[in-house]
Amino acid sequence: MSTSTVDLHGGHAPEGAHHDSTLQHHFATKDQQFDTSKLGMWLFLATEIMLFGVLFVAFGMSQNKWGEEFKEAHHHLQRPLGALNTIVLLISSWTMVMGVLSAKRGDQAKLKMYLSLTIACAFIFLGVKYIEYSHKFEEGLLPGKWYSYHETIPEHVKGASVFFSFYFMMTGLHGFHIFGGICVLFWMLIRASKGEFGPSYYTPIDLVGLYWHLVDLIWIYLFPLLYLIQ
Amino acid sequence: MTTTSAHTETHDDHDAHHAKIYLAILMALLFLTGLTVAVSYVDLGPLNIVVALAIATLKASLVGLFFMHLLYDRPINGMILCAGFMFLGLLLSFCLLDVDNRLQVAPTNHVVPKASGILVPVPAAPGEAPAAAPAKEAK
Repeated sequence: MSTSTVDLHGGHAPEGAHHDSTLQHHFATKDQQFDTSKLGMWLFLATEIMLFGVLFVAFGMSQNKWGEEFKEAHHHLQRPLGALNTIVLLISSWTMVMGVLSAKRGDQAKLKMYLSLTIACAFIFLGVKYIEYSHKFEEGLLPGKWYSYHETIPEHVKGASVFFSFYFMMTGLHGFHIFGGICVLFWMLIRASKGEFGPSYYTPIDLVGLYWHLVDLIWIYLFPLLYLIQ
Repeated sequence: MTTTSAHTETHDDHDAHHAKIYLAILMALLFLTGLTVAVSYVDLGPLNIVVALAIATLKASLVGLFFMHLLYDRPINGMILCAGFMFLGLLLSFCLLDVDNRLQVAPTNHVVPKASGILVPVPAAPGEAPAAAPAKEAK
């Protein structure tokens, strides 16, 4: 393991760069390759902001229309569980950034540890979401025509069902992103255990980190808008 | 260029420094989460949403600047992120303009009781001959 790290260190020197298997032939230098990959990732993240942004805008417009119903409906969300998930996701963001730092240092053991911790946090997040969702299903707090919560006064049913349409659409889409993140993090963990990452090549870890932070960033807005707005 | 060992040493110092910053940022993020939850239990009227979004934006900035390295990164990456938010703002502002200035149009098979609606069909008085709208309603 340590010899491979030393080899990768050699990649910094211009003459060694040609022997480096991690440098693709169409890039002049590793730095150029890294910057290009990162730029591509940021463009992808911008499209993700658009994707979620449309839902946020639609949510805002609907809240404008059904303010009272939305306010009433949001009381059915379990605020402590939402806060717990926020904390879990923030901690996972920290373990991810520490993973990137470990990869940069070439500390293989810590890299694997931090990646595993990030995956564990992601599973906790989905577990808490499962508890929340099953509670909603039991109560009949569901989107559109499936809304069957009996205590809502008839005039408020439409607005409340729209609220839960948004709730499931936004947290569901976010949940899919968490699930996707888990898959990619597992892939990174496998590659990390093969010792593929080190100080001169950690681009995939860095990019997965960016993705993971964006998923966290979206939750940072989702949590107050869905759970806390009065 | 410096010798390899010196080079590595400064890198390690840098990294230890970064690790400390990351931990501080995590603490700040957790604190702000507690703060936003605490504030949500206080009724500030319309200010609640402003405070919640302000704290969320502060948290998002911390994540972006430090965890996503935007503070040390090439500016182009941050510009892409800002462009994303800019277009989102454009979308939001035009949508709000639309919502604020839209007439309320009632579907023809509905009589919407909202008083503000201009195009809402008005139910005719019992004695009068029914207009077009109540006739549709009877269907």
